[in-house]
Amino acid sequence: MQVNLTGSLRSAVNGEEVVEIKADTIRELLSRLLETYPAMKDHMDTGIAVSIDGEIYRDSPSKKLPAGSEVFLLPRLQGG
Amino acid sequence: MTGTLVNTTVNGDAVQFACPTDESLLDSLRDRIGLTGVKEGCGTGDCGACSITLDGELVCSCLVLGVEANGREIGTVEGLADGDKLHPLQDQFINNAALQCGICTPGFLVAAKALLDKNNNPTEEEIRYALAGNLCRCTGYDKIVRAVQAASKDLRKKK
Amino acid sequence: MTHDQSFTNQKFKLVGSRVNRPDGVDKVTGRAKYGADAAAPGQLVALFLRSPHAHAKIKKLDTSRAEKLAGVKAVITSADLPDHTNGAQLDVLENCMARDRVLYDGHAVAAVAAIDRETAKKALKLIKVSYEKLPHVTDVDEAMKSDAPLVRENIFTRGVDPKPTKPSNICKVSTFGHGDIEAGFNEADVIIEKSFKTEQTHQGYIEPHACLASVGPDGNGELWVTTQGHYTYRTVCSALLGMDMAKLKVTSSEIGGGFGGKTHVWIEPIALALSRKANRPVKAVMTRDEVFKASGPTCSTSMDIKIGAKKDGTITAGSAHIRYQDGAFRGQWGQLGAMTAFACYDLKNVQSVGYDVLVNRPKVAAYRAPSAPMAAFGVESTVDLVAKAIGMDPVALRIKNAAKEGTRASYGPTYGPIGIGPTLEAAKNHPHMRAKLKKNQGRGMACGFWFNFGGQTCSDINISADGTVNLTLGTVDVGGSRASMSLICAEELGIPYDQVKANIADTSSLGHNDTTEGSRGTFSSGMATIFAAREAIEEMKERAAQTWDIPVEEVEWVEGEARAVGKKNDNLPPLTLKEIAGRAAATGGPIAGHNEVVADGAGVSFASHICDVEVDPETGGTKIIRYTVIQDAGKAINPDYVEGQFQGGAAQGIGWALNEEYIYGDDGRLQNAGFLDYRIPVCSDLPFIDTEILEIPNPNHPYGIRGVGETSIVPPLAAIGNAVSNAAGVRMTHVPMSPPRILKAIEEAAEA
Repeated sequence: MQVNLTGSLRSAVNGEEVVEIKADTIRELLSRLLETYPAMKDHMDTGIAVSIDGEIYRDSPSKKLPAGSEVFLLPRLQGG
Repeated sequence: MTGTLVNTTVNGDAVQFACPTDESLLDSLRDRIGLTGVKEGCGTGDCGACSITLDGELVCSCLVLGVEANGREIGTVEGLADGDKLHPLQDQFINNAALQCGICTPGFLVAAKALLDKNNNPTEEEIRYALAGNLCRCTGYDKIVRAVQAASKDLRKKK
Repeated sequence: MTHDQSFTNQKFKLVGSRVNRPDGVDKVTGRAKYGADAAAPGQLVALFLRSPHAHAKIKKLDTSRAEKLAGVKAVITSADLPDHTNGAQLDVLENCMARDRVLYDGHAVAAVAAIDRETAKKALKLIKVSYEKLPHVTDVDEAMKSDAPLVRENIFTRGVDPKPTKPSNICKVSTFGHGDIEAGFNEADVIIEKSFKTEQTHQGYIEPHACLASVGPDGNGELWVTTQGHYTYRTVCSALLGMDMAKLKVTSSEIGGGFGGKTHVWIEPIALALSRKANRPVKAVMTRDEVFKASGPTCSTSMDIKIGAKKDGTITAGSAHIRYQDGAFRGQWGQLGAMTAFACYDLKNVQSVGYDVLVNRPKVAAYRAPSAPMAAFGVESTVDLVAKAIGMDPVALRIKNAAKEGTRASYGPTYGPIGIGPTLEAAKNHPHMRAKLKKNQGRGMACGFWFNFGGQTCSDINISADGTVNLTLGTVDVGGSRASMSLICAEELGIPYDQVKANIADTSSLGHNDTTEGSRGTFSSGMATIFAAREAIEEMKERAAQTWDIPVEEVEWVEGEARAVGKKNDNLPPLTLKEIAGRAAATGGPIAGHNEVVADGAGVSFASHICDVEVDPETGGTKIIRYTVIQDAGKAINPDYVEGQFQGGAAQGIGWALNEEYIYGDDGRLQNAGFLDYRIPVCSDLPFIDTEILEIPNPNHPYGIRGVGETSIVPPLAAIGNAVSNAAGVRMTHVPMSPPRILKAIEEAAEA
């Protein structure tokens, strides 16, 4: 599926805005991403969130990625 | 520690404690008498969280020395309620949601009581200026002012 | 059991009512115990020695004389702490206690624990530190220059290609957006380009950081502490000090305000280390001076905003370059600012670039919707300028360009159902908009966005034999959540509100709960409470079925009682919760409900604020005349406290807009570390703050809840800036808009 990247995450995937990754869950997505782009490690260490059809998931690795859904990789955010 | 003996009255009760001469009354109340309802927000008289009355006058207890309390009457938040009956200000602070974190509440209550003791029907402006020495960071003061207005109404009805 | 998170449009009996908070009496009588209100037998007093320099090498640090002083039981420097070199926690530890360099005025270099304050003070004076001063930088723009003094030597800018070979103060560059901004600006009839600055502010919670730490030689420890997240403090402190997590019990005291500042550890790990070394309880309480200098204020910023629009009001492109300082430690605040900058709008072409920059100031922490208010100041001020330039009403311009369901957000994803449009419509129709303005008065408005989070949560419900209920929560109650959680629990169980007693558990009594931040408390704990109550109801249905000797499928739960369904069960009178609870011992033991959930899908939040100000042209002083907050709450559980969040956020924003700022001298030292010179709004500065709660249900919460805690601080800077512009005829681009700055702007305008 197509995975959109934002912000400083793009520098870890050779500046691409969109990468193609085969994955059914957030967990698979992140591990395959790391296999293909080892530079993602730094970002994953500082935290990453995944947006599926506009909803942001921070701690749901088992979350399914429905076919055709819009997937964005975002930095993990902090709040007050 | 070299201490000085202090004989004082706190919320109507005779109390005796010893403290170093440079200790603030705030520290004496909290650490020696255990009245931790008196809060420290700044230690420099800017936030009002440590407000008490000394012989009926509203003061920041962080700006008074413990030894200065000798022979005087102290009023703190712990003395506001009459037995199991809350003071109207206390009731109205709860009813009006006038507190969020609540750290400033004891100081506000003591300051508001000092105001209502002198003026039982203050205008909004008089309330706002009377409470201007007390900082609250949670509420924007809206519900605090409303609570004081409601309590002043209750107190007038009682008379 | 898995529970469905979806919104169900349930009809409520209790939720939405204004109830008194369960901790009210404790808090109005002085009985409530905050961070500094605990004591332990034999406790020691901890004090910290802090750097007087903005940036210096520690050449020599000699604590031997202090250690020999009678009554001193422990002295700690970085040498006494575990070495986390190259570890994930290095920055956290180094901020708690400097290693070879001090990085800001107030950075801790040593701490002592002694039998009393007098002795501890004497001990601090006996510690000898020799510093070699290094060049410093405190301004974000200065720090970005290529010849700026380096705050850290090992920071290489992330997010740029190729990877830099030289270290820099810019730790990260983050770009967001879509479309073609050049093409967008080419389409525009009007382009406004403007630069803005905002100064550093502090959360200003009235309760300083305070804790009571106790660690024994057996590795067991306890920490009583004022915090927004005691589980997070446990995780961080145990990692820093090499303790077993399960053996460190952290109890959150009542918290005297946090607003993001109590999400990070400051003195707590050191208090634990002192206690471990002394084998005595140690109490540590920051002074207000220390809170300002050495906790975690928000960033100062500098930014360039450019917006282009057609004459009909369509915004064709927006770009933002925003530079945020993170203090002396790597952060992500500029990135976050870049994500939020244009989030209110539906834009075809948008780009925001965030820079995270190091300076010699304290480590920046979260402050209520962190990073969003500053970016909103720049963008919303510029939007008003665009409206003026094309002669359009600023509210109409915002409505025309507002994001809606299906809009691609400027930070990437596509929005679901959101509330920006409705808050703007409500603003347009609000009576405030028609109130008469007098001489020197002006009206302004602005909107704001915040993400909101969910996260890890669990709750326990235990039903007592008399039918009263203990609700055990792990999210710290920062603003009245025990009341709203009790309402939710009572609603689900079908019992009166005052039969529920909510309690915040310590870390050894309930599983992990994320910190109360990101407006997540009501959303997540509310969800876990609903699900835990439903578990308890299932259990009570089982017990009723047993009592009646019928299959559980024939039992339903209605209005706080089990009812047997079907004609053949007509002879069975309902069993109330109280009756079932009373028989629990004979039907299978205690009745409980429990739920663990990762509450994701918090749903983004929007607000629109309207503000009237009066500017005194003689002094430049600004007075807030009227203020209205309109915000989407999804569902307001306890409206009193939702209003309280709206009003409190607005008041903090007003302080930020008009007065509050960190003032650093040329020597890099903070000049106003106290409430006298760092002036937060007082009661006589403000009017009543009007509120309007909108309820656009969050599809990902059974009750439709959205977090409400943070968004209210986002619009005020811009709303006030716009109002000042309309009142005084000058566009303020530097926050705070203090009297000298406004006066200068008025005088410059008069000269021009």
